[in-house]
Amino acid sequence: MSKTLVQEQEQLSDEAREVMDTVDSAVGKAYKYGFSTDIEMEMAPKGLNEDIIRLISAKKEEPQWMLDWRLEAYKIWQEMEEPDWAKVKYPPIDYQEAYYYAAPKNMKEKPKSLDEVDPELLRTYEKLGIPLKEQEVLAGVAVDAVFDSVSVATTFKSKLEEVGVIFCSMSEAIKNHPDLVKKYLGSVVPQADNFFAALNSAVFTDGSFVYVPKGVRCPMELSTYFRINAQNTGQFERTLIIVEEGSYVSYLEGCTAPMRDEHQLHAAVVELVALDDAEIRYATVQNWYPGDENGKGGIYNFVTKRGACRGKRSKISWTQVETGSAVTWKYPSCILQGDYSVGEFYSVAITNNRQQADTGTKMIHIGKNTSSKIISKGISAGKSDNTYRGLVKILPGAQNARNFTQCDSMLIGDKCGAHTVPYITSKNPTAVIEHEATTSRISENQLFYAMQRGLSEEEALGLIVNGFCKQVLQILPMEFAVEAQKLVSISLEGSVG
Amino acid sequence: MLKINNLQVKVDDAQIIKGLNLHVKPGEIHAIMGPNGSGKSTLSYTLGGRDGYDVTGGDILFEGTSILDLDPSERAVLGIFLGFQYPVEIPGVTTMTFLKTAVNAVRKGRGMEELDAVNFLKLVRQKAKELGIEEEMLKRSVNTGFSGGEKKRNEILQMSLLEPRMAILDETDSGLDIDALKVVANGVNDMRDPDHAIVVITHYQRLLDYIEPDFVHILSRGKIVRSGDKALAQELETDGYDSVIAKAA
Repeated sequence: MSKTLVQEQEQLSDEAREVMDTVDSAVGKAYKYGFSTDIEMEMAPKGLNEDIIRLISAKKEEPQWMLDWRLEAYKIWQEMEEPDWAKVKYPPIDYQEAYYYAAPKNMKEKPKSLDEVDPELLRTYEKLGIPLKEQEVLAGVAVDAVFDSVSVATTFKSKLEEVGVIFCSMSEAIKNHPDLVKKYLGSVVPQADNFFAALNSAVFTDGSFVYVPKGVRCPMELSTYFRINAQNTGQFERTLIIVEEGSYVSYLEGCTAPMRDEHQLHAAVVELVALDDAEIRYATVQNWYPGDENGKGGIYNFVTKRGACRGKRSKISWTQVETGSAVTWKYPSCILQGDYSVGEFYSVAITNNRQQADTGTKMIHIGKNTSSKIISKGISAGKSDNTYRGLVKILPGAQNARNFTQCDSMLIGDKCGAHTVPYITSKNPTAVIEHEATTSRISENQLFYAMQRGLSEEEALGLIVNGFCKQVLQILPMEFAVEAQKLVSISLEGSVG
Repeated sequence: MLKINNLQVKVDDAQIIKGLNLHVKPGEIHAIMGPNGSGKSTLSYTLGGRDGYDVTGGDILFEGTSILDLDPSERAVLGIFLGFQYPVEIPGVTTMTFLKTAVNAVRKGRGMEELDAVNFLKLVRQKAKELGIEEEMLKRSVNTGFSGGEKKRNEILQMSLLEPRMAILDETDSGLDIDALKVVANGVNDMRDPDHAIVVITHYQRLLDYIEPDFVHILSRGKIVRSGDKALAQELETDGYDSVIAKAA
């Protein structure tokens, strides 16, 4: 089983490589997703208290157990302190100054079909390059579109149902699949896990829910597209993916937001559960508004993502391309509980101007013969700061655990910073842990060589940086590899010369 | 085609080129020869427009217009090609992608239509075949893990694809065995016609057995101290730089 999966993955990577080989490097201008949609919104009153949480829960017509769970999380959150150990600086956030619920007014009743969706919303997604009409979307990709606090549409639902795959918004899952949600929600990231996870547990509004039953290979790529639109509004989505024995799913999320002068908070929680011989590939292309060149505005991206490899020979693979957000605090992790389970983390993090990113992973080896692989590519430009922070922990029972870590940093210009902070703990003498790290400045030699062949400075930079990130970009599902490559080039604009 | 007038170039505050004059007409092949440290590579980088090579005096005219204010890619579009002594590795970027990006960047700059994937592939396959380049090499990252010979063949392939008006080849012969040398020389000789010019920069006379120059110049301490025809290269081979330069002084 796992062998065929590996082979297919290799094949897919080959195809992706070919696509990338034929694509020209992209030259766009500035942040092209910075527009906002003018649409009548229903907002909860500003601020955070028990009443707001009751209101969110009521809006979503949730059962009592869900409300109780939220209120419990809220109590926990109030006792907690905001973490300050990451290498990021931002002014204190006033949690009473934000809105915790914002939904397009005509979304009171979730539309049953796309014909009922506000055309203004459809146009918004079209402008973002995410057409929601099934005949127009990328073949083989199902999309859940989340706009501020609600999911506006999920495509290909019925086609997926035919094979037993549930793909819907979290709100719908709470209503229609309460047993699954009760069983797994908070089982990987408990309410009390950390400050932002507790906040999310109290106020989460929407997100995606995926369930793949035993022995099913999900026939399409699943993806969620998150859009923050309303002003002064936080987005707190919650995603839960459960893959049963011997099953497989590949999932991708994308994120954008309008350009606004004030900072907005995005505190998501993603939980993945893989049972025996199951495999989950989770990819993120994060392009939240990064703020302007002086650091005004932009999203605070404080996210908890964790996958539990509960089953034997299960596998979870995280791939992330992080180019947006003013501040990023994010460590997609794997709990390798099942014997022979595998965790992977592939990351490209690009910071430009005044952006700050503190990102990496945690690989917790519990089961025997577990293995993990970490490939991180950090690129800093402008006056930005880019930190890789990663934990590899081998517990006493993790006989023959293996880890390989490779962290490469590239600096563009001389006003940015790159930092690598690896934490390694091994409680089992049979563990083999390898760590490689490099830091380099973009080579003037390479730039001159490419420019002498006719490439403009920005084209040359985009090409060289894409080459630097290739190990990671080629892991992305083929449909998104090209997009990600362009994004890498665009996010570095204005960083040279 | 190329006129260099009293050129002065500083690198890291050191004056490397000290009043160099050179005039290259279409159809001509010039060889610039000189010992180590005479300023050969500085001259080629300056013609390419590399950062850090500061022109402190004189001018470089290409087809009658000064190119001093142009960046390297603009010079490439005009038709100036620089063959590198040490071709640079770009890990993660396949040679094919690099070639296509370069060809289309130059075509775009020259107001020509960009080539689509199919037509480009046709073109590159044909040129590669002529130069005895295996297609497998085009799938590898640019110059990464290439042998010396492969790197130089790759330079000649790029020259042939980018269709420059003038090629400056910096020590293209270094590190080549005799077969590779012949391939390189053939590539250069193919470009030889009344519309194109070639400047070959070399330490040794060996390459000139295969690429016959119209003019030979001896560069010493940042200046051309002697010019002549190919007989001068032969004299150099027999007598050595010290003697030839001493005679010039």
